[in-house]
Amino acid sequence: MNHNIYIYILVMAGVTYLIRLLPLTLIRREIKSTFIKSFLYYVPYVTLSVMTFPAILEATANIWSAAAGFAAALILAYYKKSLIQVSLVSCAVVFVVELFTGI
Amino acid sequence: MNRRTAFAAGVKDGIPICLGYLAVSFTFGIMAKNANLSVWNAVLISATNVTSAGQFAGLSLITAGASYLEMAFTQLIINLRYCLMSCALSQKLSQNTPFFHRFFIAYGVTDEIFGISVSLKDKLHPFYSYGAISVAVPGWVIGTFLGIVSGNILPERIISALSVALYGMFIAIIIPPSRGNKILAGIVAISMAASLIFSITPILCQISSGFRIIILTIIIAGIAAALFPVTEDSDGEETVKNEP
Repeated sequence: MNHNIYIYILVMAGVTYLIRLLPLTLIRREIKSTFIKSFLYYVPYVTLSVMTFPAILEATANIWSAAAGFAAALILAYYKKSLIQVSLVSCAVVFVVELFTGI
Repeated sequence: MNRRTAFAAGVKDGIPICLGYLAVSFTFGIMAKNANLSVWNAVLISATNVTSAGQFAGLSLITAGASYLEMAFTQLIINLRYCLMSCALSQKLSQNTPFFHRFFIAYGVTDEIFGISVSLKDKLHPFYSYGAISVAVPGWVIGTFLGIVSGNILPERIISALSVALYGMFIAIIIPPSRGNKILAGIVAISMAASLIFSITPILCQISSGFRIIILTIIIAGIAAALFPVTEDSDGEETVKNEP
């Protein structure tokens, strides 16, 4: 392997950063098109939903603790608990379920 | 919102991200160790990239001795979703946000920091991003460090439990606005169902998760935007018309 590790890191970081940077610097005005505005309004709901499910079911040691954590998060979020409450309680539920089921 | 309150709000919302990052980057650290990377190199990768899937892929390419071009192309494909996210964030920023703020905010466009930033009621204050970055990124870097130095300092149960932190946070972002809004609730449900289909259907499941996100986002958000355009009220609050 005669590749330089620092060039690898530079390429990785550079490409990733440019992807993040270009839209933020190129799109500086408010978009007027209702379609594009609506599209961008819906983007986070779709991306975050797709990222969460079904990936959450494979995140923990077993599917049951994950399902319990998922259910807890859904219920707490429905009752509009804060970000950190939902996040920490779902972690706690996973921990407790794994502790008691011994898996 | 002034700088101080914006920064404080970002720090507060960044805490669950920090915890989730610890768990994920810990795993990255262990894998970096297995790939014979030095501690410094692994930490440098985490500090400069701040992206999970991209780093894991990068690591395997480094191990395989892939070409630089291959590395660039892989990162482009895997991280292309950030482009969509930055487009959405560009509209959350006030028009006269100076250039240098945009450079710093771009560094912190991760799935998670994007999630909390885009769900803000008001415009995105650059200092909110800085607050979130200041707690989340150290979590990412420290987790990497601990993973490569110690191997298994954290008990497996803790790692397992922390692994749902980020998903719990995503749920806390998407569910509350969906309550009482049938369109958003429908979009969330359809997106999750489509994602499930993509992950279990034979040919579709070979599409990488980064690409799955892009494909589904363009299709579902595109259809939703065509059917249910969003209009802006006089007070600047975005509302969804119930009639197409």
